Amino acid sequence: MIRTQIIRQPKLTFWQKLYVTEIVRGLWITTRHFLRNLTLHVLHLFGLFRHIPAAVTTQYPEEQKPLALRSRTRHRLTKREDGSPRCVACMMCETVCPARCIYITAEEHPDPNIEKRPAKFDIDLGKCVYCGFCVEVCPEDAIRMDTKILDIAAYSRAEMMLDMNELLNPKGAKI
Amino acid sequence: MEHFIIPAILSAFVLFNVINLAALHTWLERKQSAVMQDRIGANRAKIFGMKLLGLFHPIADTIKMFMKEDYTPPAGNRFLHALAPCLSIFFALVGFAAIPFGNTIEIGGHIIHLQAANLNVALLYIFAMMSMGVYGVVLAGFSSNNNYSFLGGLRASSQMISYEVALALTIMGLVIVYGTLDLQAMVHAQGKSIFGWIPKWGIFLQPVGFFLFLAAGLAETKRLPYDAPEGESEIVGYFVEYSGMKFGMFFFADYLETIMIASLTTTLFFGGWQVPWLSQGGFHFPWGAVWILSSLQVSLLQIASFSFKVLFFCWLFMAVRWTLPRFRYDQLMRLGWKIIFPISLINLFVTSVLILIFQ
Repeated sequence: MIRTQIIRQPKLTFWQKLYVTEIVRGLWITTRHFLRNLTLHVLHLFGLFRHIPAAVTTQYPEEQKPLALRSRTRHRLTKREDGSPRCVACMMCETVCPARCIYITAEEHPDPNIEKRPAKFDIDLGKCVYCGFCVEVCPEDAIRMDTKILDIAAYSRAEMMLDMNELLNPKGAKI
Repeated sequence: MEHFIIPAILSAFVLFNVINLAALHTWLERKQSAVMQDRIGANRAKIFGMKLLGLFHPIADTIKMFMKEDYTPPAGNRFLHALAPCLSIFFALVGFAAIPFGNTIEIGGHIIHLQAANLNVALLYIFAMMSMGVYGVVLAGFSSNNNYSFLGGLRASSQMISYEVALALTIMGLVIVYGTLDLQAMVHAQGKSIFGWIPKWGIFLQPVGFFLFLAAGLAETKRLPYDAPEGESEIVGYFVEYSGMKFGMFFFADYLETIMIASLTTTLFFGGWQVPWLSQGGFHFPWGAVWILSSLQVSLLQIASFSFKVLFFCWLFMAVRWTLPRFRYDQLMRLGWKIIFPISLINLFVTSVLILIFQ
């Protein structure tokens, strides 16, 4: 048994079958868009009507679309009041990282209340999956991913390894 | 020697303008399509920090095309492979010699007729050159050692020759009405007026012919919506084995033919360089007002009017390209042979009957 289904095609009126009138209608829609955008562009050149946008384009990188507050962007290490890192080298972020991209070496801190501090804290951005687990798990709120730096690009894999100085003082962060 | 310099200068002027306009077409395409689609086109090419609305992008494109590797298929016919873009461009450029872009201009006592070649069979010459342009397509499809590009070349050439027949027939009505094949004489004849205030332009005398000419002209030059041979993302075209500047030449020839159809439409249907109610001494409006202008101003005004009309038609073709969907190949051939061809024959018949009655 073959199943058949009747597809109802909409019936075309005489003017639609002629197709010339449909061409004119289509051209009228696009020409309307063209003229509206052209006048707005010309008026923008003279500084008028800037509150009406002439195009829906966001000119990246000069303008950027607004990011959500909890977007995970490039990492940074937070500082105490005296400028030293809050990190106590507890190794929780290194343990929880699914990509195993954090490399921490601990050393003694002179203050006996703060026992350890990191001597080296490297994140390999080439391996990082930007999951945010390190931020969630840190007990000291020492690492955050809120720099809003989205364009992470480098010319070599070695340049994608961030060391502690770069993480403490992120260049181009929009906090 | 004396009568050799002036045509040389005129041809140089025409070629300069036409080639620049074809190169500008890439910019115009990007910007116009962007403005029509509510976006901003390409605007990132900078020279010394000046962006200039993206006008440096065509220069960047040209530099890119020159620097690409020039690949010839090793098993194909090398001579024909190199010859095909030359033929395309040569016949596209040579047709512009017969288009009148102004009346006469008087410089230093010499009266210069603003038409690069004063032919009395100008219309036949232009159609002949456009027909020879098919050779470029056929050779391109044949000489790449590729079955798909061969089929694409056959498709393109059959489309071009079927629409040439329709194109020539739509023009025959105009030839009957104006009684001449000479383009300059046709434009002069469009300076008169019907009923005193409508200028005797081709579009008022042959409205059906105008629409048919637009449809057939767009199909002849393989512009959208008749884009099937070069189908961009859908089918393998006839220039699939071309790279670098040879490919650029094919696209250049495409834009040149668009400008050719635009200038033909202006010359035949929209009065060429005629401005309504403007004659040699100045404006003579039908309601009696007169505005005297010097002959140099009149000539410049006529050249400006021609340029404006050609640019308007280039804009219109671009707008049609970005509005309409593409025809399927069989729909295209059906349109050419079963719809445009009979209607142009009927147009010719009706025109001849009317001319017989009114004369």
